[in-house]
Amino acid sequence: MAKAKGAVDINTERCKGCELCVVACPCAVLALQPKEVNNRGYHFAFVDNPQACIGCAACATVCPDGCITVYRMVSTSDL
Amino acid sequence: MDNSNDIKQTQNIVCTKPRLMNDNHMHYCPGCSHGVVHRLIAEIIEEMGAENITIGIAPVGCAVFAYNYIDIDWIEAAHGRAPAVATAAKRLNPDRLVFTYQGDGDLAAIGTAETIHAANRGENIAIIFINNGIYGMTGGQMAPTTLEGMTTSTTPYGRRVDLNGYPLKITELLAQLPGTCYVTRQSVHTPAAVRKAKAAIRKAFENSMASRGTSVVEIVSTCSSGWKMTPVKANRWMVDNMFEAYPPGDLKNETR
Repeated sequence: MAKAKGAVDINTERCKGCELCVVACPCAVLALQPKEVNNRGYHFAFVDNPQACIGCAACATVCPDGCITVYRMVSTSDL
Repeated sequence: MDNSNDIKQTQNIVCTKPRLMNDNHMHYCPGCSHGVVHRLIAEIIEEMGAENITIGIAPVGCAVFAYNYIDIDWIEAAHGRAPAVATAAKRLNPDRLVFTYQGDGDLAAIGTAETIHAANRGENIAIIFINNGIYGMTGGQMAPTTLEGMTTSTTPYGRRVDLNGYPLKITELLAQLPGTCYVTRQSVHTPAAVRKAKAAIRKAFENSMASRGTSVVEIVSTCSSGWKMTPVKANRWMVDNMFEAYPPGDLKNETR
């Protein structure tokens, strides 16, 4: 069965920690940093659970600041 | 398991910041709908290959600095006068893609006359109308589009219709005019809604290029700072309250 596997890159300095990507993600991949902040003082989003990502790009679609790059690879072998 | 470095290859990118959107840090508040719409506009212009023939007309309001973020030609109009400036730009350069980008204070309050007359003349421009029911930039005052009972800094006990009138549904007004060819209302709160909004803006831009008349795309948006909510809560509030007065969907579609 073909299986989609994704990966997410977040531009943490551009991120404003609005949490819209965290809510939009259907696989609970993303989360906001609980303590750490970026140079502007925002609790930026980070990839909390990279294995769950399917590369659907829902996070990048709702991101108001264009911080997110989504990669997707479809493998035919069932790993 | 797969190594994530294997996936992070240029050919595997499915979504990223469009090339036309530059690296300047946007001044919008966290979670502001403006950012999404900016990205959609940049993506569409890039997909249409129209970056050298596009003239955007920026409004007065939060989006006044739109020229800082999207690398196309911009004209900064006086408050509310974007459709008038766009009229001139499009009439003098009929081969250009001309669009205005306006908020509800700009389009539906001070610029009502310009908006209605530009649409009534059937100018071949696209109007992107961001409606968050509030004056976001100046501190969350009541706008004509503010909902009945909605709390703003100038209506702290809620908007009263006996005192302040009714919410102005300007998109419905514009749909009545024979000069408009495509009038729609969209939102950008979910991935599906963002994709629909993108298709709507693209259609409006194509109408402008094909000289079919005025296209109006209203985007029902949030103003988390003005509404004094978190971005996630503001999106939920918008769905529960704004959509009642401003239901999403096509109001007019005469493009064949």
